[in-house]
Amino acid sequence: AEVEETLKRIQAHKGVIATMVINAEGIPIRTTLDNSTTVQYAGLLRQLTMKARSTVRDIDPQNDLTFLRIRSKKHEIMIAPDKEYLLIVIQNPCE
Amino acid sequence: KRAYKPVSYVDQMAIHFSLNGNMIPKDSDEGRRQSIRLSIAAEKAPVENSAVTSEEAEIKDEESAGYTQAAEEEESEGSGTAEVAEASEAEEPPPPRVKEQKLANQFNFIERASRTLNNPMLERACQSEPTPCKNFSATANQWKIYDAYMEELQKMERSKEKEKPKAQIAKKEDEKKKGRKLTSLELQSDDITKISKAAKIMERMVNQNTFDDIAQDFKYFEDASDEYRDQQGTLLPLWKFQYDKTKRLAVTAISWNPKYKDLFAVGYGSYDFMKQGQGMLLLYSMKNPSFPEYVFSSESGIMCLDFHNDHPYLVAVGFYDGNVAIYNLKKATSQPSYKSSAKSGKHTEPVWQVKWQKDDMNNNLNFFSVSSDGRIVSWTLVQNELVHTDVIKLSAEGTTMQGPEGLQLQTLGCGTSFDFHKKIDYLFLVGTAEGKIYKCSKCYSSQFLDVFEAHHMAVDSVSWNPYHLKVFISCSSDWTVKIWDHTIKTPMFIYDLNSAVGDVAWSPYSSTVFAAVTTDGKAHVFDLSINKYEALCTQLVVAKKKNKITHIQFNPVHPVVIIGDERGHVTSLKLSPNLRKMPK
Repeated sequence: AEVEETLKRIQAHKGVIATMVINAEGIPIRTTLDNSTTVQYAGLLRQLTMKARSTVRDIDPQNDLTFLRIRSKKHEIMIAPDKEYLLIVIQNPCE
Repeated sequence: KRAYKPVSYVDQMAIHFSLNGNMIPKDSDEGRRQSIRLSIAAEKAPVENSAVTSEEAEIKDEESAGYTQAAEEEESEGSGTAEVAEASEAEEPPPPRVKEQKLANQFNFIERASRTLNNPMLERACQSEPTPCKNFSATANQWKIYDAYMEELQKMERSKEKEKPKAQIAKKEDEKKKGRKLTSLELQSDDITKISKAAKIMERMVNQNTFDDIAQDFKYFEDASDEYRDQQGTLLPLWKFQYDKTKRLAVTAISWNPKYKDLFAVGYGSYDFMKQGQGMLLLYSMKNPSFPEYVFSSESGIMCLDFHNDHPYLVAVGFYDGNVAIYNLKKATSQPSYKSSAKSGKHTEPVWQVKWQKDDMNNNLNFFSVSSDGRIVSWTLVQNELVHTDVIKLSAEGTTMQGPEGLQLQTLGCGTSFDFHKKIDYLFLVGTAEGKIYKCSKCYSSQFLDVFEAHHMAVDSVSWNPYHLKVFISCSSDWTVKIWDHTIKTPMFIYDLNSAVGDVAWSPYSSTVFAAVTTDGKAHVFDLSINKYEALCTQLVVAKKKNKITHIQFNPVHPVVIIGDERGHVTSLKLSPNLRKMPK
């Protein structure tokens, strides 16, 4: 529906390499990459997100993680955590 | 109590020496026996002695020496004792023997023990089933504890709520059923709609990355060359907002949301009388320049819009066909929540401006609209319906005509814009297509308080100064922008901009800064405190020949203006520091 459209738009946006949706158990629901890479990303990023969220909430339990960005030399990985899902987008910010 | 208390046993007592004494009390059996034995021995001695002395006296009287007596006595004693002993022994052997025998009997006790048969021992064990064990490990973080407490709180609240309304049990059951159905559906289809929030944030982030330099400019760039420019300023172009479906439509209205400072609404329609098509209402956020947040479409072109101050999700809209509508942004439909119709008294001409008013006495929402049909109408939302009340009819002076059958026909002026005073609630200005500006009051429905001969052509926009309560500004297609004091009939300042002026707006941060846009694609920014005769900045915003600018609005918080044009584009520009000087 609307969400599908939004995801399509994100994927079609300039510089976006890949989009992934991962559920609470680490199983990718939707991805634009091949399976093995997706599974690798899913596992690693999920652990990182949990750790990040734990850190934020440990400091102040009323706070919560809204967004996580990892900027590397080659591209930028953006993670938007939800209650049950994880939305990951890899973009190449044109500099 | 200050006395030593004998303590029988002390922990730290150590026994160094113990000897079991063998003292026997006199009176006991054994004691008597022993004492008898001793006494026999003692009797023997004195008896012997007396016997001996008597004998000796007989025998040896003559011998006087004691010692010899003694010696003899001793000897005789020896013999005497032997005799006595024998005698005594002879006398007494039987009793001691008897006693000794008795004693022996009492002491020689025989132990006789017997032993019972011991049953053979048999070991029998039984074991219970071990309780099932499971390894569990978790980290008790601060937030896990917090979450657990919050859940408890919520459960308690829910149970309290359940206790109170018992009459609504039936309803709740229905809701629960629906809830269950929904959850089962969701589980089955593994719905992706749950990710909508995350997707939205992600889209904004992706956009931020793409338009990174613009975002940085927006936040941090300050044109340093302004210092050298001698009070001139510039407008730095930031994002450009456009949408496919509005490419053929002109921007007819822009307005910022009073609550969310990055959200603005754009109304699309057409100013061309011949080419009337559908209209659109888009709401954009500066955080996502590539796609609007909300999209509404309508059959008729939108001419004006206004956000409600207290309810920032309500947008009042006026259409080209004379209707007005209220859109509720909280609801997901793309249709207006309330709409007027021919029955409910819509205008017969395009509605040029709508403005929300304060809630009336019954707490109903109401807004005003002005239209070319000469009526200023107040619309009230009563019980989900729009009810209209004519406030004023703009009678053009001196144009009463004699109609057929002697009727006096009043031709009505065409209102094109209006603005309400910020402080004086009932006072408002109306600009007309004839170029006149009427000062009116809500209380008087047929009379104007004042008339200003303002322009030669239609007044496109009037606006009160937000700080100087007597001053207002007006612009018109006759190429001029005029500033007035409402007590004085002639304008204080006149600016000729060489082209029809589409819109003029006061800045929210300074009482002397205003901006105007003209149809030749230029934006002009004036600051009266610095330069009374010239614009501080005149900048070409859109391509000159093909495009005309229609509206301009200042952002209430950020130093940004948005400009809409005829091609359906909205451009945002940042004001350079020279244009942003606050009055002292």
